[in-house]
Amino acid sequence: MIAGLTKGERQLSLAVLTVLALCGLAFAAIGHDDPIGTHGFIILLVAIGLACVVIAGYYAPEPDKEQLSRYYDDPTRAGIVLAMAWAVFGLFFGVWVAALLAWPELTFDAAWSSFGRIRPVHTTGVIFGFGGNALIATSLHVLQRTTRARLPDQFSPWFVLIGYNLFCVLAVSGYFMGLTQSKEYAEAEWYADIWLVIVWVVYFLIYIRTLQRRKEPHIYVANWYYMAFILVVAILHIVNNLAVPVSFGHAKSYSLFSGVQDAMTQWWYGHNAVAFFLTAGFLGMMYYYLPKRAGRPIFSYRLSIISFWGIVFMYMWAGSHHLHYTALPQWVQTLGMTFSVILLVPSWASAGNALATLNGAWGKVRDDATLRFMMVAAVFYGLSTFEGSFMAIRAVNSLSHYTDWTIGHVHAGALGWVAMISFGSIYALVPWMWKRERMYSSKLIEVHFWLALAGTVVYVFSMWNSGIIQGLMWRTYNESGTLAYSFVDSLVAMHPYYIARTFGGLLFLLGALVGCYNIWMTIRQAGGRVVLQGPDVDEPALAPIALQAGE
Amino acid sequence: MDLDHQTVVGLAKSWGLIYLLVLAVGVLAYTFWPKNKKRFDRAKESILDKDDKPWN
Repeated sequence: MIAGLTKGERQLSLAVLTVLALCGLAFAAIGHDDPIGTHGFIILLVAIGLACVVIAGYYAPEPDKEQLSRYYDDPTRAGIVLAMAWAVFGLFFGVWVAALLAWPELTFDAAWSSFGRIRPVHTTGVIFGFGGNALIATSLHVLQRTTRARLPDQFSPWFVLIGYNLFCVLAVSGYFMGLTQSKEYAEAEWYADIWLVIVWVVYFLIYIRTLQRRKEPHIYVANWYYMAFILVVAILHIVNNLAVPVSFGHAKSYSLFSGVQDAMTQWWYGHNAVAFFLTAGFLGMMYYYLPKRAGRPIFSYRLSIISFWGIVFMYMWAGSHHLHYTALPQWVQTLGMTFSVILLVPSWASAGNALATLNGAWGKVRDDATLRFMMVAAVFYGLSTFEGSFMAIRAVNSLSHYTDWTIGHVHAGALGWVAMISFGSIYALVPWMWKRERMYSSKLIEVHFWLALAGTVVYVFSMWNSGIIQGLMWRTYNESGTLAYSFVDSLVAMHPYYIARTFGGLLFLLGALVGCYNIWMTIRQAGGRVVLQGPDVDEPALAPIALQAGE
Repeated sequence: MDLDHQTVVGLAKSWGLIYLLVLAVGVLAYTFWPKNKKRFDRAKESILDKDDKPWN
């Protein structure tokens, strides 16, 4: 890790870590009774730990010219490992929080394990921990391969990867302590948010700087999606988190917005987080790894461009469909609803483009679980975008909103689309990154695939049933015009589905554990780095370099 | 000028409509411009190269 950095970059790392440690120390000192004090200690420990790593490798030989002329993949490798670790962590808390709904006594009487705290731990763990690390790792890989240029330096990708994970740790540990801004998917407090802005700007600059160095004149469409993801998430994050801290020694802050403006800002953020974090970034992944794995070019490059601009421009307006029947003006609700319905066109264009790419290669899909992960992801992408457009219609929303149907819809997208495309891409990427001929076990990929698919189907079907029952019970009136069922009646009716959903989530978690084992064994595989010339692998970096004439 | 509801609606119905349509036409023109076809065809094939080193 340190051996890949130049002397100057090692010094820069130490300087940045010193500043970080001082910030941590300041927080620890002034916020002793406040959660910000605990976070100060966490920041301090991380900075000192990393400084030790840098110092230990400080006198290692610098990377030579030959090494600097290749792609820089160390951060991608670390990102893959971190993504899988976060997947297990986030999915474990998902299973726990699902179990809490069926068996509320599973908090074991502790404050940190109450539903309101471990639910954001789950969402942050899977979306930002797993999804974010998978996006960073794959984007750095795709960026270099499609621009035919090495990353501009060695320090900034590490800064982004480690800084981003520090943000995730601060967020999650804050929730355990009861710290939240009460903004869904943006619960982390002001200082963590400011840190993320810094990290994110560096991430965007890596993209811009690499594109400036590109040797391939055309910018491949996957990069457009990744860049839309980075740029828009920065805008959303900054606007939604505008807040004034109580004081610089206090973790709590007051949002700039209140009332319905706050709700609209939050759901403009929330829905575009789905659009640009959970969709655009992963579409970038799909547009690179799916054709690559299938060995076939994307069905229609033109269609991918049209759907890119469609998605980017339509999604921005869709957020208000989260606020049907609220104090939000009716016309804003209708605007959100209309754009959500139109969004089906570019969404299905992308899903169809992916499936049409595989048309003619169904034999490969049958035999190769990695490619099947990506195929199923495209199918779930199509399904959940259809469902989403449908649920945004005001009349449908009156039945579905505030019920488990929404949870089912989100998980059809998150498990079926986001996680499946990530697992597929990671399985394709791991042998390339560690210069192995193939994954340790293709049988275990098969096992993971079926566990993931079964888990998703069980989860989504139980939530559909539960949600529709719940929605119908809430709107059933008796002859005297009062509600036929109490809230507890609906809760009793949902209990079996909550158990089924926990089981579905457990299957998905088991699949991820199988995946971790498989990836770990691939990395550890005996024989070390081998030189490969197989048809399905990138040419390895260690392949003998042809001698130049005259040498 | 007061930025009230009417003003925003007016902007959305005039400039909002124009910029959305101009953008759509621009994207479609770029996508279907005959000269760009070759570039797109090359782009979609080029990621399948086995070559795994930066170009110099």
